[in-house]
Amino acid sequence: MTEAALATVSTESMRILIIEDDREAASYLVKALKEAGHVADHAADGEEGLHVAETRGYDVLIVDRMLPKLDGLSIIAKLRESGHRTPVLILSALGQVDDRVKGLRAGGDDYLSKPFAIAELLARVEVLGRRRGAKDVETSYRVGDLELDRLSHEVRRAGKPVVLQPREFRLLEYLMKHAGQVVTRTMLLENVWDYHFDPQTNVIDVHISRLRSKIERDFGSPILHTVRGAGYIMRAGD
Amino acid sequence: MRMTAVRLSAVYFLLFAICAVVLVVYVTATASTIVEEQSRQAISDELSDLEQVYQQSGIIGLVRTIDRRSRQPGASLYLVTDPAGRILAGNVASLQAGVLDDRGQTPDAFSYERYSDETGDRFHLAIAEVVALRNGMRVLVGRDQSEQLRFRGVVQSALILALALMGVAALIAWFFVGRSALKRLDGVTAASARILSGDLTERLPVTGAGDEFDRLSENLNTLLARISLLQVGLQEVSDNIAHDLRTPLTRLRTRAEAALSAPPDAREAREVLDQMIAECDQMIRTFDALLMISRVEAGSDQVMKSEIDLATIVADVVDLYEPLAEDAAAELVLTVPPTLKAYASRELIAQALSNLLDNALKYAAAPDRQTRIRVALTEDEADWRLCVSDDGPGIPADMRERVIERFYRLDKSRSMPGSGLGLSLVQAIARIHGGRLLLADAAPGLTVCLEVPMDERQAGERGDG
Repeated sequence: MTEAALATVSTESMRILIIEDDREAASYLVKALKEAGHVADHAADGEEGLHVAETRGYDVLIVDRMLPKLDGLSIIAKLRESGHRTPVLILSALGQVDDRVKGLRAGGDDYLSKPFAIAELLARVEVLGRRRGAKDVETSYRVGDLELDRLSHEVRRAGKPVVLQPREFRLLEYLMKHAGQVVTRTMLLENVWDYHFDPQTNVIDVHISRLRSKIERDFGSPILHTVRGAGYIMRAGD
Repeated sequence: MRMTAVRLSAVYFLLFAICAVVLVVYVTATASTIVEEQSRQAISDELSDLEQVYQQSGIIGLVRTIDRRSRQPGASLYLVTDPAGRILAGNVASLQAGVLDDRGQTPDAFSYERYSDETGDRFHLAIAEVVALRNGMRVLVGRDQSEQLRFRGVVQSALILALALMGVAALIAWFFVGRSALKRLDGVTAASARILSGDLTERLPVTGAGDEFDRLSENLNTLLARISLLQVGLQEVSDNIAHDLRTPLTRLRTRAEAALSAPPDAREAREVLDQMIAECDQMIRTFDALLMISRVEAGSDQVMKSEIDLATIVADVVDLYEPLAEDAAAELVLTVPPTLKAYASRELIAQALSNLLDNALKYAAAPDRQTRIRVALTEDEADWRLCVSDDGPGIPADMRERVIERFYRLDKSRSMPGSGLGLSLVQAIARIHGGRLLLADAAPGLTVCLEVPMDERQAGERGDG
């Protein structure tokens, strides 16, 4: 099991706007995003945030749900109304099941309840920012010598077939789709199993170690790495 | 309160008095109208009788007849005058001026003086009718009104007396009725004052009469019961927070303090920080679970539900836990129907099953033996049931209720990781779906079942109370 350093994860710089009224939290977010190689701006209330988001181009918006002057969901609704398709990550202190559903219905692309791990936020921002060049249309993924055919459901490493359970296939598919990006445990639970609760035991880790044994055991070089304190990343070569 | 009583009784009495006075005036007015009409009729009859006498026996006969009649005791008024107005016969000494000028009935009562008056009063009131004879003489026949006035006076004073008596009786009756009502209200006031001062066990008095007061008291008592239940819940939550959040907070603080006082090297510092983050995450989890439970128990949480296939969800969650179970040397045996549609929250049902599987793996599985965990989804006409049974040590019958309580953990499980909220949360999820959580002996082991009415839409309205 290898560990990749968090700072080396980010590959391309994004422009990110944080609309958040808690200045301390916002400045911490700005700092973390800059360290990850992004350009980050901050707006402290809803009206200012909407104005800045409309006038300048951003790759990702991070919007707090409860804001002075104009709440987060209204900002998203107004942006979507005027044709802005910028991906939005909603931050909220309301962490109940339905709050997420409401947030996503309002036009948000992802939802993170406070308090959250900064690694979780960074991973989600990366995935959101690169969504537009999404690999959804591709029929096969390749990471190093690992190949996954989305149509025939076949997986090969170094040309040799790897037999996976349907769930393992979907897990690998998601990881490979986001190859080079950190994927957190909750992201996996949300996207592969479509559940949003927080299991007490780390069920995801066991699934990952099974998958890892199938795609790595007979091949020597690691390809599915653990990112300490964050999650996992598919990356060939190191 | 007392001011209200005085005001109420005054208004009550006033209304009563007005009604009585209207009654008195109406009765006397009607009565005197009837008597007056009778008098006038009698006068007319007598006049036509006298006219007949005049026609048959001339002026002499008329005067004689009047003379005779006017001497009878309690007689009517009689008067005959010549065309110049001089009195020829009758029992009237003098008349109010102008009475004889017009023929026909006198419009109003007039005063007159009578001969041989024995009553003492010289002047009386009377009504009369005047006719003029062919030779210009006038004949007046009248009836004294004194009797009638006296009658009216008697009726009036009788009615006033009755009114006074009724008023007093009404006041007395109202005083007693009102006082007993006031006394009961005072009882309610005193009880609510005690409740306000903090004694939530106090209840409002109920007499058992089943009247409005009893109904009010019963409703307020139900309200109080609900409030004390919520208060107990709140008390528990704050106790729990005090205990189960202070403990990890203390650990967190101690760790930070220790790291500060003896600065560790980079690797150690990282370890300490990792532990602290893990501690924080556990606290967030506990906090979320507590919030969720209290939201459910306060009955304020309206969770989004939809028509879902429980069989798929159960199979999904079991699939999620399969590798974990295998690592713990446990076998997950799944029994589900091909499909089971229900109206429920997909997320919450998955979370409940996840908690139950966590528990089963944590408490039943042992490294030295193969454990079997059965997950069964069944339905009958009334309910659907999701049961997780293990073959572990189980829970003694007298402890089963207690483990559902928030933060309650059996002594032997205290060393295990966990918040002690797992089953409370599952119970909250059962209740939010209108159902309940059941614990039973699996002989050996423990069975935990989520039992929810099939048509949850109706059950949900019934609530969990």
